[in-house]
Amino acid sequence: MSTTTHSPPADAPTERRSWLSGPAGRNLGLVVALALICVVGVATGGERFADLDNVLTILRLAAVTGVVAMGMTFVITSGGIDLSVGSVLGLTTVWATTLATQTMAEDVHWIVMVATALVVGTVAGLINGAIIAYGRVVPFIATLAMLAAARGLAEMISDRRTQPVSVSGFTDFFRADLLGIPVIVWIFALVAAAGWILLNRTTFGRRTVAVGGNVEAARLAGIKVQRHILYIYGLAGLTAGIGGVMMLGRTTAGTSTHGLLLELDVIAAVVVGGTLLIGGRGTIMGSVLGVLIFSTLTNVFVLNNMSTSAQNVAKGAIIVIAVLLQQRFAQRSKTP
Amino acid sequence: MVDADPDEAPTQRHEPRHGVDTDAAPDPHETTPPASAPEPRTSPTPPMLRMEGIVKHFPGAKALDGVDLDVVAGEVHCLLGQNGAGKSTLIKVLSGAHQPTAGRILIDDAEVSIAHPVAALGHGIATMYQELDVVDGLTVAENIFLGHELASAGFTQRREVARRTRELMARLGHPEISPHREVGQLPAAGKQLVSMARALSHDARVIIMDEPSAVLDAGEVENLFRVVRELTAQGVAIVYISHRMEEIRAIGDRITVLKDGRTVGRDLPADTPTRELISLMTGRDVEYAFPERPGVPADAPVVLDVEDLSLAGSFSGVSLQVRAGEVVGLAGLVGSGRSEILETIYGARRQTTGTVTVSGKRLRPGSVPTAVAAGVGLCPEERKSQGLVLDEAVYRNITLSTFARTARGGWLDEAAERRDAQQQAEALDLRPRGVDRAIRTLSGGNQQKAVLARWLVHGCDVLLLDEPTRGVDVGARSELYALVRQLADAGTAVLVVSSEIPEVLGLADRVHVVSDGRVVHQAPAQDIDEHGVLDLVMEGSAA
Repeated sequence: MSTTTHSPPADAPTERRSWLSGPAGRNLGLVVALALICVVGVATGGERFADLDNVLTILRLAAVTGVVAMGMTFVITSGGIDLSVGSVLGLTTVWATTLATQTMAEDVHWIVMVATALVVGTVAGLINGAIIAYGRVVPFIATLAMLAAARGLAEMISDRRTQPVSVSGFTDFFRADLLGIPVIVWIFALVAAAGWILLNRTTFGRRTVAVGGNVEAARLAGIKVQRHILYIYGLAGLTAGIGGVMMLGRTTAGTSTHGLLLELDVIAAVVVGGTLLIGGRGTIMGSVLGVLIFSTLTNVFVLNNMSTSAQNVAKGAIIVIAVLLQQRFAQRSKTP
Repeated sequence: MVDADPDEAPTQRHEPRHGVDTDAAPDPHETTPPASAPEPRTSPTPPMLRMEGIVKHFPGAKALDGVDLDVVAGEVHCLLGQNGAGKSTLIKVLSGAHQPTAGRILIDDAEVSIAHPVAALGHGIATMYQELDVVDGLTVAENIFLGHELASAGFTQRREVARRTRELMARLGHPEISPHREVGQLPAAGKQLVSMARALSHDARVIIMDEPSAVLDAGEVENLFRVVRELTAQGVAIVYISHRMEEIRAIGDRITVLKDGRTVGRDLPADTPTRELISLMTGRDVEYAFPERPGVPADAPVVLDVEDLSLAGSFSGVSLQVRAGEVVGLAGLVGSGRSEILETIYGARRQTTGTVTVSGKRLRPGSVPTAVAAGVGLCPEERKSQGLVLDEAVYRNITLSTFARTARGGWLDEAAERRDAQQQAEALDLRPRGVDRAIRTLSGGNQQKAVLARWLVHGCDVLLLDEPTRGVDVGARSELYALVRQLADAGTAVLVVSSEIPEVLGLADRVHVVSDGRVVHQAPAQDIDEHGVLDLVMEGSAA
């Protein structure tokens, strides 16, 4: 009796909880929500919704947000937040389309533009991480500062003008289809798969969960917490860079207004997906489903010629409901 | 020194005591002769506050198991007990933070239920917690009326608030503290006055003071006593918690002693001999089974060598050595600096001066990874907040220090992790045995075993144990003691901190007594007894 001291009444809700709020149960809820939106889509849009082209449109719409959401999932799982991803994405599109970069890309290969975007994004993320981990500034403030600074820098570089992509190889590649599916959707799928493996199968992912679950325990177990936090924000910056490349491919132009308010969509998708804002639990599948729910919803509203204002009201409602459900779970699991 | 007669103290220190009969309205400065001391104890006045048979269960632990307490108006009622005796839980029950599982609380002979902190204030019970609960950024007046602001139509009545604050501060003997002063600028004693004024602003009839002198220096303690005497003269009852005997003798009227969640001594006069109080506090009916000490061979190598270690504001000049196969105990009260010593050795805090050497290798100050790599493991004091990732599976908690080592090129080898964890689960008799459930579902004792298992998987030359049996029930304790001894026998150097003195004495080969951040005594565990240690830490803390 002495060593198995959890009381029976405490056990009963545990069982129920393990089914409903276990990873499978939570994702099942999201799948049901997505299915419901699709049912509404078919009922109101019929052929226009169920069409393959429309499905690809939804996925293309989801791709950029989805890739950035993968990095954000790591940040939020570690107990942090990154408000700067939208601005950083904008900055990467501008930097990759500057005259210098494009000239170099024409001479060498369009991969130079891609590399530029990825490096700019990663460096911005590492700066966030360094300020948070070593400067001990709370993530909200540090990334809020980057949100302002990166957008400002993008405006300075581009002089607030749209910079079209003139390297034809670049646009050819990113606007192409592979096996009938757009390249940027493939990229989304690859990044999601890599994110899942990184979170669930590597020491990096384990450290992320440990830092988010109990930073003090992680530190006292010998994990280099500060360095890990640096890497996590670097990763978020990298995904913003990838998102920037995809955005360039989709729009064929770089501008400082790319990714405006993207951070809100990304955070909403991750949180709706079931990653706890307090950290310690993250789900890549959930984030993917969260992104798909929002993009499908947008699609249904557009097909029905409903205003973006109505869309935003629906989005807001979904976020509140999801977070309320999440809090109930967190409260129950936090009471000893 | 150790055997200094504790009975000496009361005879030397007869402090003024005042009657408890409020009807008599005694002058606070009047000193009742000690001869009449027994008289006010059997007070004719009915108790203002009475607690009967209070029981409080927590999952897996019985914090209170039948506590009786009666407090009469105008007295200073001292609550004594070792750490874990249930004082804090009792306070929380009284202040409405916890609900008792069983028992009655009566105020003026009418049964009441104290469902939440506001209800406690409504009944005139105010609590001053050990950690000062003032808001630094607000003014004195704002702090005092926090939560019950005087307002009319939503506007705070600044002038009235200021007037009442001045009144309260004057009543506490400090009219010079302005109501508009920012509390953050006040010294600790000033903050305490604000906290006390807040208690009074609720028209408190009972004020609970949890170690109020802990943050004060000698002069400030005198002022605290003066205020306490004035309050009791006005009929306010004080429930006073302190480890310092001389304070209890100075202002106490009656003493209630708690042990293992029960009242074991009631209605004791404040001049009860120290020895008698200590035996009430410690004489336990459950004797823990401690493993045998095989004795450390004289030629065993020194594994942990701490030299002149200091941490500003916490402890200073700590030197100690632990040899392979030896268990060294640090005994001392909460706040004496014991935990900080362990954490500094481990690199979780960065020392101001001094060095830590493990197996001849000097550790980098303030670096946990270096210490871990050198074979040092720490089982931290707060298991839940410092030791475990509660939502994660048992095996992941066990392998928290080793998953990177079993991983290959960054890829986790969860099969190996489960195997390692399962092996330790068998070896330590972890119950339930399964390692895939969330660790929060385990009992305290088994959670502690999981933290130990982490270091067994890792392999340690030095094991630092901070309160290894806190929140662990009696049966599991003996198991943990046996485990620690086994580890030592296998050549590990163990340094253990505990506020339960018998635990240190029973488990360790050598004991260092820590008081106010200094090692005040060290001796082989057989050569010192519990009373000796308590004398050192209780009387020594005043020195």
